[in-house]
Amino acid sequence: MTERLDGPRAPRGGGDAARGSSPGPDDAAGSPAGPREESPSPADAGTTAGTAATGTTGDAAETTGAGADGDVHPALADVTPATSADPAERMAPAVEPEIATAGPAAPGVVRGPSRLGPSPTLAILFLLPGVVLLGAMVIYPIIYSIFRSLYDSTGDTFVGLENYGAIFSDSGTLTTIRNNLIWVVVAPAMVTVIGLIFAVLTERIRWATAFKLIVFMPMAVSLMASGVIFRLVYEQAPDRGVANAVITSVQGVFGSHNGFPDARPRENDQAPVAAQQGTVVTKQPAQPGKAVLIPLVGVKPADLATASAAKAAPQAGPGELAGTVWVDFTQGGGGRLNEVDATEKALEGLTVEAVQNGEVKATATTGADGTFRLSGLSAGDYVVRLPQSNFEAAFGGVSWLGPTLITPAIIGAFIWVWAGFSMVLIAAGLSAIPRDALEAARIDGATEWQVFRKITVPLLSPVLLVVFVTMIINTLKVFDLVFVIAPGSVQPQANVIALEMWRVAFGGGNNQGLGSALAIFLLILVLPFMIINIRRFRRDNQ
Amino acid sequence: MTTSTIAGAPRRGVLSRVTDRIGGGVIQALMVLIGVFWLVPTLGLFVVSIREEAANNSTGWWTAFTKPAEFTLKSYGDLLATGFTSSFWNTVAITVPATILVIGIAAMAAYAFAWMDFPGRDPLFLVVVGLLVVPIQIALIPIAKLYGALGIFGSIAGVVLFHVAFGLPFAIFLLRNFFVGIPASLLEAARMDGASEWRIFSTVVFPLAKPAIASLGIFQFLWVWNDLLVALVFADSDNQPMTKALQSQMRQFGTNIDILAPGAFLSLIIPLVLFFAFQRYFVQGMMAGSVK
Repeated sequence: MTERLDGPRAPRGGGDAARGSSPGPDDAAGSPAGPREESPSPADAGTTAGTAATGTTGDAAETTGAGADGDVHPALADVTPATSADPAERMAPAVEPEIATAGPAAPGVVRGPSRLGPSPTLAILFLLPGVVLLGAMVIYPIIYSIFRSLYDSTGDTFVGLENYGAIFSDSGTLTTIRNNLIWVVVAPAMVTVIGLIFAVLTERIRWATAFKLIVFMPMAVSLMASGVIFRLVYEQAPDRGVANAVITSVQGVFGSHNGFPDARPRENDQAPVAAQQGTVVTKQPAQPGKAVLIPLVGVKPADLATASAAKAAPQAGPGELAGTVWVDFTQGGGGRLNEVDATEKALEGLTVEAVQNGEVKATATTGADGTFRLSGLSAGDYVVRLPQSNFEAAFGGVSWLGPTLITPAIIGAFIWVWAGFSMVLIAAGLSAIPRDALEAARIDGATEWQVFRKITVPLLSPVLLVVFVTMIINTLKVFDLVFVIAPGSVQPQANVIALEMWRVAFGGGNNQGLGSALAIFLLILVLPFMIINIRRFRRDNQ
Repeated sequence: MTTSTIAGAPRRGVLSRVTDRIGGGVIQALMVLIGVFWLVPTLGLFVVSIREEAANNSTGWWTAFTKPAEFTLKSYGDLLATGFTSSFWNTVAITVPATILVIGIAAMAAYAFAWMDFPGRDPLFLVVVGLLVVPIQIALIPIAKLYGALGIFGSIAGVVLFHVAFGLPFAIFLLRNFFVGIPASLLEAARMDGASEWRIFSTVVFPLAKPAIASLGIFQFLWVWNDLLVALVFADSDNQPMTKALQSQMRQFGTNIDILAPGAFLSLIIPLVLFFAFQRYFVQGMMAGSVK
C-alpha cells in the first residue's frame, strides 16, 4: 500500500542479484549506487528469496498484466504491489510508459540513492515550506489541543481532566461513543466483505470495467451531495422515497394501521396538551406519580369503528407516569371537556414518550383502553409527548431517518460511497494472485468455494487488512454523512464523535475545552492505526 | 475467466459446463442488479433536479418517465438566481490554489526526502507517515484562534491554507515514493554536468513525475472540492463554497428540494467529469494513499 511505485521494485532491485539481472544501459547507473546499497541488501535478499520465487517473475507478470487488462486495470495493476506483501510482489508493476521505462532501472533503494552533492542546507530550503506549514498547522495544533483540553470552556480556568470526565459521564456523548462503536464494528467489515464479493464477481463478467466505474463513482461525489442523495432515497413516504417504494412494492400493501393522521389537540387554553411541530406535548410538566390526560379530537368516525371505550388512567406507581390518550368527543353531544367519559373512545397503539431536557427517558404504547404507563423515571419534570409517527398516515413506510434506524441508514450510505474503494483495491490484489495456483487446485478437484477459501482469501489477506484498517480510520472520522443525512431532530441519536466535536466547539456549544478534549480523544482512537502505518512503512522499506 | 476454466479442465463433464453456464447467467443478472442499485440514488437526484416542484411534492421521481411534460430546468434557473453561482466560484477559488500549492510544496519536500541527504531525514519522513491519519478536528480550534490573530478567519486564504497543510502529508508521501523510483542515473548525469539541484528538480524530476502529480492533483482537487467541515468552520458566508451553501439549506429539507437537488447535482458535475476523464490517475492516487 505504501509505495505504489517502488513497492514492487524494492524486492527485485534491492538484492544485488536481481539488479544484476536487469538488462541494458541502466546497469552502469546501478553500479555507482552499489556501495550505498550494500548494507540493506542482505536483509532484502532474505525477504526477496522468501516471498518472490525468482527474479524474473516480476517481469513475466508485467507482460501478462499489460496484455490482459482492460481500462481500469493497468492503473490497478500498477498500484497493487503497494498493497504490500506476498502476492503483491509477484504482481505486475507499472504499465504506463513513463513508469515502465523507469521500472527496471530503478535502484529500488528506498534509503539511499546516491548523494553526490547537495548540501544539507539546500535540503532544508527544499523542505522549508512544507515543514513550516505542517509544523504550524498540524503539529502545533496537536500540542495546543492537549493543553487546551485541560482548561474550561473559556480557557481561563485549569480544570485538569474534567473535560475528559465529561465525555464519559454525559449521556449525550456516551451515545456518540456508542454510535462510533457500532460504526467501527459494522461498517468496515461490511465494506470489506462487499468489496471482496464484488471483486470476485467482476472477474466473471465481461463488462467488469463498466461495473467498477459505476460502483466506484460515488467516491468522486462529495459526501454533502451523497447526503442529499440519501435524504431523497430514505424519504419516508413510499410514493417519494425510493427505498420505501421498493419495500412496499415487494411486500405489497402493509396491513397494520396505527396512524391517526387527523388527530389533534383542541386549540384552546384549557386543553392540557398542544400541538408542536407535528408532535403533541403536554403544556404543563408532569411529575412521576401523576396522571396525564391527552385528549385529542378530529379522528374520523370510521377509524374508531373498532375502538373500545376509553378508561381513566390507572394509579401511577412511584417512578411512573400513567395516563390516557383518547378522543375527547362524544357523538351526539354531551361529555365533559378534558375528562374521560364512558362514551368516549380510546386511541390504541399510539407511542407515548416521557421527555426531559429534550431527551426521551421512557416510551410506552397505549393499550386498547387508551391507557399507558411510562416507568423507570427518576423524580423531576417531564413533558409527555406523542411523537410525530403517531400522526403519519398508516402505511407510512419504514422510518429510515427516525431515531432507531438512523445509524444503520447512514451506514448504508457509507457503504454506497466506499464499496468501490474496497472493490478496486481487492480486485487489484486478486489480479496479482498467480493463476496457475488456482488452476492447479481446480484440476486437483477443488470446488470453487474451496479455492476461494483456501487459496484466494489467504493470499488476499494483506489487501483485505489494508482496506479494513482504512475503513476503520474513516468510520472513526465520519462526519459529513451523519451531519447531512440525520435530520436535526434525530441528530442526538445519530451523533458521532467527530460531529459532536464540531457541535460542541462551533455548532452552538462554544465550549473549546470540551471540544479540544473530544479532538484529542479522536486522535487517541486513531493513534493505533498511525502506529500500524508507520510500522508497515518501515517494514516495507527495510 | 469462466471459459479458461472450462478449457483448462477438459475432464469436466457436460453437467458442470451446464451449471457453469447457468451460474454465469445468475451472476450476470446479479451484477446488473447491483449496478442499478448503485446508480439509482444519483439518478434520482438528477431526475428530481429537473422536475417541477409540484410534481416532486406529490409523486416519486420514477413516475416522471411516463410524464415527460414534468421535466423543466426551472429549478436550475431559480438556483442560479439565488446567488449560488458565487458559491460555485468560491469553490473554484479555494480548490485551484489549494491543489497547485500542495503539488508545488510537496514536490519540493518529496525531492529532498528522496534525493538529498540531511540529518534526521528518515525519522522526519516517519513523522510525515504518521501525520497521514491525523483527524482534521484536532486543528479546528487552534487554527481558528490562529486565523483570528492573523485576521484571515472566514477568508478564502484561510480555507486554502488549511487544505494545503492537511493535504501535505499525503502529497509528500505519494511523491516521495514516486521520486525514489526515478533512475539514479538521470540525476547522477545531471549532477555531473553541474546542474543545480533546483534545475534537476524542475527540469528532470518534476517532468518525469507527471503521472504521480496527476494522481495527486486529481485526488487533492476532489478532496478540497468536496470538503464540508473545513468550509463550515473557516469560511464565512461571503466566501462559502457550494458544500457549505447547500448545508445551510438542509434544515428545510423537503420544502426546498428544488434548491437542494440542482445545487447538489451542480456540485458533483465537475468531480464526476474529472473522475471519468482521469479515473486511472484517481485510482492510482487512491491506492497509493489508502492509508489516508
